[in-house]
Amino acid sequence: MDKATVKNIANLARINVPEEKMDSLASELTNIFGWIEQLNEVDTDNVKPMTSVTEMEAPQRADEVNDGGYADRVLKNAPDHEGAFYTVPKVVD
Amino acid sequence: MTYLIEGETGDWEVVIGLEVHAQIVSEAKLFSGAATEFGAEPNSQVSLVDAAMPGMLPVINEVCVEQAVRTGLGLEAEINLHSVFERKNYFYPDLPQGYQISQFLNPIVGEGIIHLDMPEGPREIGVERLHMEQDAGKSLHDQDPKRTYIDLNRSGVALMEIVSKPDLRSPEEAGAYMRKLRAILRYLGTCDGNMEQGSLRCDANVSVRHPGEELRTRAEIKNINSVRFVMQAIEHEAERQVEVYESGGDVVQETRLYDPNKGETRSMRSKEEAHDYRYFPDPDLLPLDITQEYVDAIKSGLPELPDAKKERFISDFELAPEDAAVLVADKDSAEFFEALAEGRNAKLAANWVIHELFAVLNKEGKSIAESQVNADDLGKLIDLISDDTISGRIAKDVFEVMVSDGGDPAKIVEEKGLKQITDTGEIETMVDQLIADNPDQAQQYKDGNEKVAGWFVGQAMKASQGKANPQMVNELLKKKLG
Amino acid sequence: MSRLTDLTIAQARDGLDRGDYTSVDLTAAHIAAMAAGRDLNAFVTETPDIALARAAESDERRANGAAKSGMDGIPIGLKDLYCTEGVLTTAGSHILDGFIPPYESTVTRNLQDGGAVMLGKTNMDEFAMGSANVTSYYEPVKNPWSLDDGKDRVPGGSSGGSAASVAGHLAMAAAGSDTGGSIRQPASFTGIVGMKPTYGRCSRWGMVAFASSLDQAGPMTRTVRDAAIMLQSMAGYDKKDSTSVERDLPDFEAAITGNIKGLRVGIPIEYRMEGMPYEIEDLWHRGVDWIREAGAEPVEVSLPHTKYALPTYYIVAPAEASSNLARYDGVRYGLRVDGGDLNEMYANTRGEGFGDEVQRRVLSGTYVLSAGYYDAYYVKAMKLRTLILQEFQKTFEKVDVLLTPTAPSAAFAIGEKMDDPVAMYLNDVFTVPASLAGLPGISVPSGLSEEGLPLGLQMITKPFDEETLFRAAEVLETAAEFKAQPSYLRGRS
Repeated sequence: MDKATVKNIANLARINVPEEKMDSLASELTNIFGWIEQLNEVDTDNVKPMTSVTEMEAPQRADEVNDGGYADRVLKNAPDHEGAFYTVPKVVD
Repeated sequence: MTYLIEGETGDWEVVIGLEVHAQIVSEAKLFSGAATEFGAEPNSQVSLVDAAMPGMLPVINEVCVEQAVRTGLGLEAEINLHSVFERKNYFYPDLPQGYQISQFLNPIVGEGIIHLDMPEGPREIGVERLHMEQDAGKSLHDQDPKRTYIDLNRSGVALMEIVSKPDLRSPEEAGAYMRKLRAILRYLGTCDGNMEQGSLRCDANVSVRHPGEELRTRAEIKNINSVRFVMQAIEHEAERQVEVYESGGDVVQETRLYDPNKGETRSMRSKEEAHDYRYFPDPDLLPLDITQEYVDAIKSGLPELPDAKKERFISDFELAPEDAAVLVADKDSAEFFEALAEGRNAKLAANWVIHELFAVLNKEGKSIAESQVNADDLGKLIDLISDDTISGRIAKDVFEVMVSDGGDPAKIVEEKGLKQITDTGEIETMVDQLIADNPDQAQQYKDGNEKVAGWFVGQAMKASQGKANPQMVNELLKKKLG
Repeated sequence: MSRLTDLTIAQARDGLDRGDYTSVDLTAAHIAAMAAGRDLNAFVTETPDIALARAAESDERRANGAAKSGMDGIPIGLKDLYCTEGVLTTAGSHILDGFIPPYESTVTRNLQDGGAVMLGKTNMDEFAMGSANVTSYYEPVKNPWSLDDGKDRVPGGSSGGSAASVAGHLAMAAAGSDTGGSIRQPASFTGIVGMKPTYGRCSRWGMVAFASSLDQAGPMTRTVRDAAIMLQSMAGYDKKDSTSVERDLPDFEAAITGNIKGLRVGIPIEYRMEGMPYEIEDLWHRGVDWIREAGAEPVEVSLPHTKYALPTYYIVAPAEASSNLARYDGVRYGLRVDGGDLNEMYANTRGEGFGDEVQRRVLSGTYVLSAGYYDAYYVKAMKLRTLILQEFQKTFEKVDVLLTPTAPSAAFAIGEKMDDPVAMYLNDVFTVPASLAGLPGISVPSGLSEEGLPLGLQMITKPFDEETLFRAAEVLETAAEFKAQPSYLRGRS
């Protein structure tokens, strides 16, 4: 895994990795993925990927309004908010 | 008659695919129990799940599933008994989880069809798929110079994304597709189709090519919120693309926005470089498996849809296809008409709805639900025509009064003394008077001038303030001057 | 009478009933122990006031004959991954600075409803990612077990704080969480019992999510019986969690009959690791002897895909984590580090807020889900999961439980295994397979390493058969007679 790939993934993941750390991070990830490669030893051609850990039906809930209506609770921990709005640095579309 | 743009290098065909996001009619959100109503105070319809607090988990709303299946059936589509929710991962402040729960590889609904009645003839437009997904919140960029405000009320509301095949070939077809889709959704009650409020939104994928060519690169115009703008946006974008090609350039695959004031599309500043959404099945949810019995039960409860209703109006009420089409385009109009036509002359009822009622509603920008005259009252008016109490001409006057002041038509006729004169004697007296006063015209009538009959009737109407029964006038004229 | 902080839950339950002491007595003793034990760094937040208030309420209930459960009045630690209403919750991370949840997780709500007394929030590896509790923003936890070499030992992870608090007698028990071994492995390293129930037994609502298809809440206690009592209080169907299973809760404690005659115990030959100290293999043999002497039938079995479990885990868990941790963006809670624009704010917040291990895993996870790699990694891993599960299922047609070592080593020194992430990952080599298959597992302290550090033996069974697991584990516990005490306790005044 080269630095360019790491930079790309870091961008996708919105994590600022300082330049000094790039090399060590790249080599750590290369190491990890080198170790993971052994999975290719296993023939999985006719195997279905696991879709749920337990055999059960997706539970569904009734269409009732029984939540929300507490703006103060959801805003309480916000680093910055204006009245009942969350705020972030300006986004230009 | 194909829609073509004439360019210097030849004719250009337009290829359009529409992606429509339709907000599902439900009380609560797709994966949370918060309310979905429009226009609430900011962040007042946000649960802990919608705010993506740590440890929060989604549970699916059973009505949303039904509505999606119902819509798929209304689109004559394949219902997939096994479907999977996947996470679409990207960062944006109105997407609190940092991912949208959507469906990617296994949507709940597969291929379907929408039938269009174009002037050139019927067209079948393919639907590629329909899937459920969460809506995002709202970002307000204009409240503060340095900050964007975020309201998560809409975050998590259930949406159906309905993707058409790239079968549309003109702005008009695109408009017709939108109107037909909206009608179907409203008939089914699965989406209210309100584009101004944003419960129905359209993204248009547009490309151009010389007829017979392979498909060229398409651009996507996002978030168009009226049928009119959909048509305009497509027209302008297609012309822009033709211009690009003809000046030697290449169309770039990108996202654009339509500016109705300027009448042009412009490129959106790239939100994301390469859109790598890293879809994977949501591990907080299980695959959605429904049974054929479940689907059949929904199917048996489907209301009559526009196409079927149109056919029935044509066969049962003997309406002209164009009239039937107009009446079924909107569910409320169709219902209004049927209530009106009950036990009455259907064609008369249709004329009144299409030509009189709609004219008034269009002028005032009102929907039929907001009409001051309901089917009951309009029916009474029509009855007064049918039983000869008033003429059609007078009825229009009465209708005007009903629209502006309301009121019972019989009462209005009574109060304003508008009853038609059907007393043969009275009319005969009037006709005799007219003949006596207008000997030249009487002579012309005797000489076989048909037009002058109309003139006489007109005069009779004037003299009687519209109350003379025109048929009777004609008969008497014939008798006397025949 | 033994110290109040040396009592087990079962003993305390009896003592409280008899009126030998009150919950306030118990709680006060543990609060003092917690304060005296700050050197272990087992707690991020101590909540003595809440504890005493809840203890007083418990005493009142008991006086009115209305004790709510076996946990009523019992002072416990809660891993700082459980959102506790009104109390700082950090998940061991800088990025949750100042986060006070306006809600209580279902599991801790269940414990509270059962009358348990919260002493505080225990330290943990950041976002549950780690197996030594060295990745916490709040500094590493020290294992109460140490040797005379002057080195602090790791307690294991990620539930290191919970493990240390129980082993050091700062809490009578603690709630931990287990994703790849984060309850069982620290239990082994600290000489206590740690149990992970079947996936879906406990609700995940309100637990800071690491890997959704693997995370499970579980008890960390000094005895198997205590684990059964505590699990009874924690578990149960929650309709707010779509992966929660709607099944009646059996009486776990009642399942402890002391009798495992005829029980078929599988010994999977693959649970070995190259370079593993022989003493672990030796302990395993002794374990086989113990259960045989108790009338069970040891049966050699083979689970050939065992060795692929760990790399499989290191695709699935980071993938899910990369998505679960996307919500930590500085917008609605926790740390925000300003940047020039929105994306810079995100990147700075997450770059500063997440520690190195978390960043490694989020980046790995992002990578395995990214375009072009999804099939090769993620889909492949989910297929491996199917194979591993099927292997277990076939095996459980032949045996009732499996007996394996819990970890490939005893507790190592803080600072070791830091050069190579994979070396650290290998701590979970024996615990991860059961996690991938969603099976219940338990670690029972069974012996000491040559140096004198605890070693655990693990038992695994089929889904929703915790009863058999507790029954078998208790027999093993009895046979092992693990009475050794950590140096920390011997050093108490």
